[in-house]
Amino acid sequence: MAEKSHGTPAKGHETGAHTEAPGGHGGGFPPFESSTYASQLVSLVIAFVALYLIVSRIALPRVGGVIDARANAIEGDLSAAQKLRDESDAALKAYETDLASARSRAQAIGNETREKLNAASEAERKTLEDQLNAKLATAEKQIAATRETAMSNVRGIAADAASAIVQRLTGVLPDGNTVNSAVDASLKG
Amino acid sequence: MKIDPIHQFNIEPLFTIGHIGNQTIAFTNSSLYMFIAVAVISILMIGTGRQLVPGRMQSVAEISYEFVASTIRSTAGSEGMKFFPLIFSLFMLICVSNLIGIIPYTFTISSHIIVTATLALLVFFTVLIYGLYKNGLKFFKIFVPSGVPIYILPLVMFIEILSFFLRPVSHSVRLFANMLAGHIALKVFAGFVAMLGASLGALGWAGGMLPLALTVALTALELLVAFLQAYVFAILTCIYLNDAIHPGH
Repeated sequence: MAEKSHGTPAKGHETGAHTEAPGGHGGGFPPFESSTYASQLVSLVIAFVALYLIVSRIALPRVGGVIDARANAIEGDLSAAQKLRDESDAALKAYETDLASARSRAQAIGNETREKLNAASEAERKTLEDQLNAKLATAEKQIAATRETAMSNVRGIAADAASAIVQRLTGVLPDGNTVNSAVDASLKG
Repeated sequence: MKIDPIHQFNIEPLFTIGHIGNQTIAFTNSSLYMFIAVAVISILMIGTGRQLVPGRMQSVAEISYEFVASTIRSTAGSEGMKFFPLIFSLFMLICVSNLIGIIPYTFTISSHIIVTATLALLVFFTVLIYGLYKNGLKFFKIFVPSGVPIYILPLVMFIEILSFFLRPVSHSVRLFANMLAGHIALKVFAGFVAMLGASLGALGWAGGMLPLALTVALTALELLVAFLQAYVFAILTCIYLNDAIHPGH
């Protein structure tokens, strides 16, 4: 049976396939039927060599190329992203230093202005004070003069009154100098 | 109704290609599924897009690529990438043909020992020839583990040599037996459903629920096994190749 060629038992196989009768396909265990080995071997060698050539020449370089291209693209994108991030970091830093310098300049300008204004107001206050002091001094002088004249008037009036009183009491007009000295003495006392 | 779980493994000649000696070389159902697997892999790896952001099929192609590449790198180092096309072809052929084989009425090429043995011998001779070509006689250091006391070294060497030459056997039988057993189990349980229904009528169809549920569960398991066996085959290939690349371990 095993030595027979495939051509004739093929019919038997076909009928056996339909009836599923074990006797229909010549008995034996198919994997151990050595008459089929040569055919399988030839097909396997052809199929495997074809597969190997397809895989090694076309399929693997192709798929490997796609995977490499993707890896390169991802790497490129990542490095570009890194570069952009570095740039934005630098921009942020520059902005921060600008902001800090602007703030310190603003502070300086503020201080300067405050000092200038303080100085101006101080000077104004001083001149105003001087003016007021001067006015105060003249006013005091005037008051003193007025008081002086008033006091001298009081002396005259007192002398007149004293000589009149003396004349009335004694009937004699007293000496002017004596009256004056007496008045002065009493005023001082 | 009889269950014939072996029938699915029959080799059916479709047409004759020629003769070698007195052997007829036929294009069989097995050949058909081999070429279908090759076509599916080619379409998957070549026919899909090459966008920056991959679609579904492109993702599958790229995931297979990266999966096999990382398996090789982790087991055989970056020098193992020389064998990337070989391991990728082996993995994809076994994985795709196993997955196709789960579809009812299809044929599973790796359920035949001749197929798995051929692939395992291909790996075996690749390891042997590359190991000798690259390392010369130092290649035989793989049989002499370092740090073994001298008085048991002959025994260890004997075991190492034996295991080296038994590698193609275990390598091929593992895949073959897994696929064969899985498909037989599937067929048996699926056959129960039909058998119960045919022999017991309505009660039988109700009773058939259990084997049907088992069949569904087994199909899921077989999906896992289909991938896993391809992965195991590929990773063992990597480990064996690692011996050829770095013999002194």
